[in-house]
Parts: sequence; C-alpha cells; structure tokens
Amino acid sequence: MRRRVLPGLTLSLGITLLYVGLIVALPLGALIFKAASLGPEDYWRIISSGRALASYRVTVLSAAAATVFNLVFGLALAWVLVRYSFPGKRLVDAIVDLPFALPTAVAGIALTTLFAPNGWFGSWLSEAGIRVAYTPLGIMIAMAFTSLPFIVRTVQPVLEDLDPALEEAAQSLGGSDVAIFRKVILPLLVPALLAGVSLAFARSLGEFGAIIFIAGNQPFETEITALLAFIRLEEYDYQAAAAIASVLLITAFAMLAVTNFLQARALRYTARS
Amino acid sequence: MKITLDTVVKTFDTFRAVHGVSLEIESGELIALLGPSGSGKTTILRMVAGLEYADSGSILFGDKDATDIPVRDRGVGFVFQHYALFPHMTVAENIAFGMKVSKRKRSREEIATRVTELLALVRLEGLGDRFPTQISGGQRQRVALARALAVDPRVLLLDEPFGALDANVRRDLRRWLREIHDQLGITTLFVTHDQEEALDLADRVVILEQGRIVQEGTPEEVCRRPNSPFVTKFLGDAHRLVGPVTSGSARVAGGTVAVPSLPDGQAEIFVRPADLSWGEGDIPAEVTRVIDRPDGRRVVVRLEDGTTLELDMPPETRIEKGDRQTLRVRRAHAFPLA
Repeated sequence: MRRRVLPGLTLSLGITLLYVGLIVALPLGALIFKAASLGPEDYWRIISSGRALASYRVTVLSAAAATVFNLVFGLALAWVLVRYSFPGKRLVDAIVDLPFALPTAVAGIALTTLFAPNGWFGSWLSEAGIRVAYTPLGIMIAMAFTSLPFIVRTVQPVLEDLDPALEEAAQSLGGSDVAIFRKVILPLLVPALLAGVSLAFARSLGEFGAIIFIAGNQPFETEITALLAFIRLEEYDYQAAAAIASVLLITAFAMLAVTNFLQARALRYTARS
Repeated sequence: MKITLDTVVKTFDTFRAVHGVSLEIESGELIALLGPSGSGKTTILRMVAGLEYADSGSILFGDKDATDIPVRDRGVGFVFQHYALFPHMTVAENIAFGMKVSKRKRSREEIATRVTELLALVRLEGLGDRFPTQISGGQRQRVALARALAVDPRVLLLDEPFGALDANVRRDLRRWLREIHDQLGITTLFVTHDQEEALDLADRVVILEQGRIVQEGTPEEVCRRPNSPFVTKFLGDAHRLVGPVTSGSARVAGGTVAVPSLPDGQAEIFVRPADLSWGEGDIPAEVTRVIDRPDGRRVVVRLEDGTTLELDMPPETRIEKGDRQTLRVRRAHAFPLA
C-alpha cells in the first residue's frame, strides 16, 4: 500500500463503513429483501394497485409543488438574509431551522389548527372558497414547511461567498440588474439550488408526521404513499408495506442520482484541464 | 477622454478615505496612482469608475459632470485586482458579456468577430473555449483586460493589475500593457503600491498618502525632486541620516554631507545605495555584511553612531566583512527638520 502522510485512514474508514452499513444499508437491505420475498407478480400487483397509484400521484405532485414553492421562497429568503441587514435578521435566520428542530407531528397539528375551516387562516380561506386542510393543498403546505430549511441552508453559504467584484464587473460592463441576476448570479447558484431541491424533494416524498394530521387521509384523494405503507404495516402485511416503501426508496434514489448528474454538469467549469 | 477630479471627498463610516483630492488627467495619458495601503488610491479609482459615490466634490469626463452617473452608464472599463472573471463562462463568453448585455444591440457575428479581434489583441488566440480556472494568472489578467476593452470604454481603470502575479510575468505584462495603451490611445488610470511598476509604466505618477495627493509628476520629476521625506522613502531604498547644517554642509556620524540648498539648522538626509562611494569622503564606516546579487554586490556598513547603511558596488569589487574605510555621499535628498 502507498504510504500516506495523513494518519488514521484505516481506522476512520473502517468505522465509517461499519456505521454506514449498520445504520443505513442494513435496514434498507432488509426492506428490499422483504419486498423481494414477494413474487414478481405479487410485487407488481401491490405497487400498481389503484390505491397505490393514487397515493404516488398525490405524493409526487404535492412534493413537486412544495419544492417549487421552496425553490422560489427559499432563494428569496437566503438572498434577503445574506444581502441585507435589518432588525430581527438573526431571529429570522434562527427561525429558518425551526422545521428541523420541531417534531414533525407537532408541526402537523399546528398547521391543521391554523388551516382547519375554523382555524385562524382556514376561516379566512374558506370564506374565499379555498380549502386547505384535508386537501392536497394541505399536504403541500406541510411538505413545504418541513423542507424549507434545505434550500435556504444550501444556497446561503454560496451566496455569502459570491465575490462582490463579479457583480461590480458585470455592472461596469453595462449589465442591468436583471441581466446580472440571470446571467451571473443565478448560474453560480445552480449547483447549490439543485442540491437543495433534491434534498427538499426527497424529504417531502418521505414526510409522514406533519402530513397525516392535515391531509385527511382519504384513500385515492389525500392518502400519501408513506401512510399507505404504514397502513399495510398495521395490518401486519409486512411484504406489501415493504413493496410500497421500496417504490419511495427507488424514486428518491433515482432523483438524487439525476440531480447529482445535473450538479456535476453545472459545475463542469470548476474542472481543470 | 480628459478626466478632472475637483476636491473629491469620501468618508467610510468615520474613516476619511479621501480628503479633497483634485487631479487632471489628459486625454490619452497613462497615470499611476501610487501609495501604501490605506492611502485612498483604490477609493479614488472606484469613484472615477462609479463603483463608489463621492461625498462631495465632482468628477468630470471631458466637460460633462459624471459624478452621479452610475457605473453601468459611465463608459469605463474596469480591471479588478483579482480579475473577477465569471467562472461559469468560457474566456470568449467572458469577453462577449458586455456586448451581449449592452443596450446597443449587436448581431451574433459582430460579437464573434470582436471577440476574435480582442483575443488576438491580448495574444490569447485559441483559448476562447477554456474556462478561467483552466488558464494561468497572467492569462486571466489579459482576459480581464480584453473583457473591459470589449465595450469600447472611454477610460480604462485598473486596480493593482499585476499584484497577484509573479515577478517575471509581471514585468512582461507591464511592457505589454504599455504597448496596448500606446496602440489604443485610451486614457488609463491604474492603482499600485509598487513604485517600480508605477515608474516603469506611467506617463505621470500621482503619489498619495492618507487620502491626500503628496506629489504628482513624471517619473523623472518625482524621482529626481521628491518633495518630502515620505515620497523619498516610498520611491525606493533610502537611509535616513540626521545632523546639523552649517553653511551648506551637514555633520553626520563623524563626517560631512554636502547639502548646498539647505538653510542652517537640523536636517534629515536621505541617501540611496547607489548614492554612496566607498573609499572616498570622510564618513568612517565598517563593513558588517556583503550580499551578492546577480547584478552586483550590496555592502552593509555601520557608521560610528551605529547607523546602518547599504551601498551597491560592481560585482568585481574585493571587499569583506570587517573592512574599514571612509564613505562619501555623492548625492542626497535633504529636508530641513522642523
């Protein structure tokens, strides 16, 4: 083996691999193993049942909507936190992490209370004819709430490190504010935005606690995939639960792979020839 | 384009960076703003560019008041200290940026032709498709210049243009910038803390200290007739001797120095390594160290009062530590000590 200057490679690598194996790979392996114990026909029947398909649709569409919402809102929030100073800035900055710290069930109950037809927001919205609680819109709001920090926290450091001279250079070359944002700032944020989007989307796909209180959980309408898997578990149908969960797992994995690829493409300029 | 600064003032929070600076730059001139860090030179450059606004005073481009024109409409090309190339764009895209975002619409072919021209001007043909991380520091510097020139600026401004480069590249680029300037005839203002760079490159040097202009003039004027101890020391290696002057002769460290133009009283006298002769005159000295350099020998000597001086001698000189001789100051810049 080649001699290395930095000590502790064997030990640290060993510990890391052991932990990744025990904590991440083993449960996931068990899940796949369980799902695989079904025959291909049974597996296919379970994951393509009408109720399962409806749950995928609700989950993916809500997660996509929540992620798009957070993409815009999270970028704006990161922008404001980095670029401007205003009273209460540190407080806002701290609040961004709250969805991480709060038990998601608590968030779900709070959101339901707010958005229920007799709640603070809900009563206003129902007058306008908009129902949030017990609809896919409620699911979306719960997902947006729990995944907001991902985009803010991935974009913020990149924005902080952005050299002000880049913008000054663009200005001195005659660029308008819009042109500078579109052609200089945004492209430099793309890798961070992609990372944030993939994390936020993956989190939204798997979110459970915050959603079940606000969603109403009507099969075929507001039942998310994670809940369907949970219901199968409660029925002691472990194989079906594993099959449905495996769909979530594969989707999340495929999505992370795609964003990694896009990120590498967006960062190709950092490669040295 | 002639540029006039009229009693320009700039204060950051409580720190007054620029105190009422007035300066005239003739059309086509190449001017160096020279000063130590904190002397306000970069602030002045940024105010001329429109990247900072002056608190008071005015900046004229030609006869037109440009004080409040924002940078994007001022028509200046600015080269940043660390180049500020857009990392996600290729060299060609960087150069084309200004033309693409400009209010004046240009066709794709027109832009491509101009980019090719500029790449040739800065001698980077064939590197248009590289990203900034894939080229050397000196090449980045030239891309930054090409990018600034692409929008046909009326004035070219450079902030420490060679500061981040190693000595050899720096010398080449200096010559080359001078050639480009002579070729294009564009009014150019650059900031540096390196006196050699300023003297080497500029038509006129403006020396700043603590937000004020202390002297301006051609390299010859400031070198031969520095008007203050600060300028004398800042322009190059100088040793300071202090002594009383009586009828045009100063007594220092057991010997004398001729200072014909000075009135009687205490004086400070600055001497450079090349102003001293070994084995002449009447100042006793002892060699403490000899430093060999490619172009000669530098000898460190100690005077009777403990002052250390350095002097340059030809490479053939036989001299070693411990030698005692007398020194003559052939030339000196002397100022009365208040």
